[in-house]
Parts: sequence; structure tokens; C-alpha cells
Amino acid sequence: MSQYILRRIAIAFPLILAVTTVVFVMLRVALPGDPAQIMAGDRASPEQIEIIRRKLGLDRPVVEQYLIFLRNFAGGDLGRSVKFREPVMGVIAQAFPFTATLTFLSVTVGTTIGLVIGIITAVYQRTWVDNIGIVLTVFFFSIPTFWLGLMLILIFSVGLRVLPVQGTGTWRHFVLPVTTLAVGQSALIARLTRSSMIEVLSTDYVRTARAKGLAQRRVLLRHALRNTLIPVITIVGLSVGGLLGGAVITESIFGLPGVGRLAIDAISNRDYPMIQGAVILVAASFVFVNLIVDIIYAFVDPRIRYA
Amino acid sequence: MRSARLFPKQPAPSGLYQLVLLKFVRNRVALFGLCCLLLLLLAILFAPQVTPYDPIGKNTPERNQAPSRLHPFGTDKLGRDILSRVLYGGRVSLQVGFLSVGLAVIVSAPLGLIAGFFGGLADNAIMRVMDLILAFPGLILAIWLVSLLGSNINNVIIAIAFFSLPTFSRLIRGITLSIREMEYVMAARGMGAGSLRIMFFHILPGVLGPMIVLTTLGVSGAIVAGASLSFLGLGVRPPTPEWGAMLADGRNYLRTQWWMAVFPGMTITLVVLLLNIIGDALRDALDPNVRA
Repeated sequence: MSQYILRRIAIAFPLILAVTTVVFVMLRVALPGDPAQIMAGDRASPEQIEIIRRKLGLDRPVVEQYLIFLRNFAGGDLGRSVKFREPVMGVIAQAFPFTATLTFLSVTVGTTIGLVIGIITAVYQRTWVDNIGIVLTVFFFSIPTFWLGLMLILIFSVGLRVLPVQGTGTWRHFVLPVTTLAVGQSALIARLTRSSMIEVLSTDYVRTARAKGLAQRRVLLRHALRNTLIPVITIVGLSVGGLLGGAVITESIFGLPGVGRLAIDAISNRDYPMIQGAVILVAASFVFVNLIVDIIYAFVDPRIRYA
Repeated sequence: MRSARLFPKQPAPSGLYQLVLLKFVRNRVALFGLCCLLLLLLAILFAPQVTPYDPIGKNTPERNQAPSRLHPFGTDKLGRDILSRVLYGGRVSLQVGFLSVGLAVIVSAPLGLIAGFFGGLADNAIMRVMDLILAFPGLILAIWLVSLLGSNINNVIIAIAFFSLPTFSRLIRGITLSIREMEYVMAARGMGAGSLRIMFFHILPGVLGPMIVLTTLGVSGAIVAGASLSFLGLGVRPPTPEWGAMLADGRNYLRTQWWMAVFPGMTITLVVLLLNIIGDALRDALDPNVRA
């Protein structure tokens, strides 16, 4: 087991290194214009630009810049944001809790509901319950988050006036954004659970469990559910990783100052250290979450460890 | 004459795809979905013939009208008919959806085939690059690419195609891996077929089915991604109608002109829903475990 974990970590680190390299190269090489010029603004004198360039280390060879960048990154220093005039790390640390809360709540709620719907529709396969479930899940799976978010605002904030539109103050502010993301998540998990459960229910060991007279409940929850969960865990992991950086739209609709919105603002402000930091951290957390998922996976399914 | 009796005429064996088609056609929901989608596509294609209104020019006297018989989806702040704009906007959104997925398939099919077929170094190199792309947050990556390359529709298509590469190439690689070990591939090799021939004539047809499913679902995902980008202000520029941009516009008038946000979003949802239903049905039809 420990060997498996070590091997997975050994794969994750080069990936994060590669991510930082790509981000570095994209910002230094593939970018039109001189970062120092852009950061200094249009009215800066050549001397001012030169000072900024030296301060940022842009006057040194690219390879040296890269090594300095890596050294700083290893020490947790991602540079200073041009817009906020603060360390990038600090700005992201302020935004991260919002994104993490949103991700955690919507994935938890969505996955729980999705599992219940998935199990029920699989058990009542080919009945009217299943049909309603299929229709509902494909519908909720198809609603784009930006429209769902706006419609929830239209119904609950503009129409019924029961929930706030934007902001972060109270738990009530999180109801609509979490619902927006949880709907799609639950539909995704329900579809996946249903098909996985149907497959598991047709296996011999489930038949054996039934044949020895176990109660339906016990067969489902103790025998079938465990194997059903294997593909579900992967997708939940991907959702967590994806939402940590991909809740851009939801954060923007509901005015949540999270990491996704930070990244978008940085891109439109051409705040390069900020873009660099946000993209690297989001990508790194994605890799990290997947690492955790792979390890959980190996615990749940011993076949993976020995493969 | 004798040979005719020795080998009596047999009914043509129904191939996999005939069977798949049969199973698909028997799925009434999917068939209905396909018809709806085709109707919608026709309406979008023939937008100038279907709608009497100009989607771009101002029509101030009729501005901010709620849905009525004349304007089923209402009008916006410049008096433009929203139904017309939705139909014209569909051209952009569908173009983004189909072209980006097409581009992703064209690039990732050879990559997936090569990775799965040759394995080893080629496999490792290709798949590690795909892992790398996958590690970046999709939408942020797309936004970044578009802002680097310049905000226009072609770059939106390229950006969406780029971040869908890993999904497609992983799928194609996986199937290639399983087909590679099949006996008929070994037979082809035994008869002296080269790697290229085996890849394109023996493995690719087997990959095609799942790829069609993924393409159908991919188009719906790409339409949403394209609309998301223009919702955030990247891609098409006003006054060109586009679904995401119309939604972003309508978002500012939720309190007073709800129809500006409701109808464009409803159309996106409908198209995505239809594509997903068709994709699901195709997957069921291709799955030998699902009975017709």
C-alpha cells in the first residue's frame, strides 16, 4: 500500500512542476508585449520601466528567471499582485475559503442526493420510478449553470424575495450558489450511480447474497453499494478538483469573491503574477485532489493496488 | 450452377451499425429528440426566412416589450425581437459547438490511436501531455487562451477544442488498447498489414461507435462552454447575437425584463438536453448489454 502511495506521489510532483513550467513559459514567451511596460502603465518613463524590469528580474536570462521563480514557488512566494499590490499568496488565501466552502457544500449535497436517486432508480429499473428519474436527471444534467443561477435568482430573489442575490455575509448567501452547482452534480452522480449499480446488481456475488436469504436492504447497502461507489469516487474527485478552479461562472453570477473570479479578474486586468499564481494553485489543487482520490481508490478496491 | 447450390444464398448479415440503428430507432424518446433537434437546426439555418425581424438593427418604438403574439420571446432594450436573435445566435453557438468538437476529434483521434497502438514511449509522451492539459482548470484555461490569442470566435473554437483534447484522446486510447489485443487484429498482422493499415482500417472502425457518442455529448458541452465564454464577455462582440452574450445582457435586466434572460437560456438548455438524450440513446444502442 505504502509503495502504491509513493508511486502516485512520484507521478504527481512532476505534473505540478510541468504545470508551473507551462504557466511560466506561457506568460514569458507566448505573451504579446513587455510585462514591465504593461505593469508600469502607459505613462511610465523608460527609466521607470527599467526599474520595474530589474525589480521583477526580467533583465536576467529566461533560464535564470525560471530558476528564481521555482525557488520562490518552493518557498511559497508567488510574487506580488499588480492590482492589489499585495503578495499573490495572501490574496488567494483570502479568496480560497469561499471557493472551498462552495465546492465542499455543493459536492456534498449534490453527491448525497445523486446517490439516493441513483440507487432508487437502479433498484426500480424499468419501472415508472426509473423513467421519471431518467427524465429528471437528464434535464438537470443539461441545464447550464449560468442559466440555472440566473433562474434561481429570478425565482427566489426577484420573485419571492426570500434569498439575497449577491454577496457573502450569511449562510443565506450560499443557498443559491450551492443549489446552482449541486443540481448538476446530483444529476451527474445519479446517472453514474444508476448505471454502476445496475451493473453490480447483475453480478454473481449479489445473486449469492440474495440466494442466502439476506434482506434486500442489506444486499443493497452492504454488498452492492461498495462496488457501485468505485466509479462514483473518481467523478466526485474530478468534480471537487474542477470546482475548486471552475466555479468561475457561479462565483461571478453570485458575486462570491472566490478563486475562480480572482483568476478571471486577473486575466482581464492583465495582472500577470496573479494569473500565474491562481492558475498554478488551482492546477496544483486539482492534481492533489486526484492524488487523494487515487489513494482512497486503492483502499476501496484492492485490485488497483496490485495491478 | 453447382457452386450456387453448394453455397446457398444467405441473408446479408446485419452489421453492428445496422443493429445500432435499429436499436436507436426503436427508442421513441431519442427519435422524438432527434426530430426536434433537426427542426430547431432547420429554423436556425433558415433564420432569415423564418423570422421577419432584423436581429441587429434598432427598433426603438418596440423596445422592452414582454412576450406577445408578434414577439413570442419579447424584445430587448433596443427593440430587437429576441426570438430572431435567438435563432441567429444559434448559428454562432452551434458553429462553436460543432467546429470545436470536430477540431478536437481530428487532433485527438490520431493521438489516441498512436498512444494506444504503439504503447511505450509514444503512449507515455502523449498521455502525460494530456494529463498536463487536464490539470488546468478547463474554463480558466479557455479564458486565458482566448485572451492571449485575441477575443474572436475562431479563438474560442480553438480554446474549447484544446481543453477537450484529453477527454477524446483518453477514450480513443482506451478502446484502441482493448481492440489491439483482439484476434482479428493479429490475423491482419499475420496477413502482412502494416501498422498504419491496422490502425486506420481495423482499429478506427471499432473506435468509431463510442467516439460518436462522445462527440454528441461533446458538442453539447462545447455549446455550453462557448456560451459560458461569451457570458463572461469573451468571444463574439455585440451587436452580433449569441446565446451566452444575450444571457449576460439579460442578466442586468432580471428585475424588469425577465424574458431577456429566460428565453436564450431556455434555448441553450433545450439544445443541450436534446443532444444529451440522443447521445444517451446512441450509447445504449451501442451497448450490447442493453436490449433493443
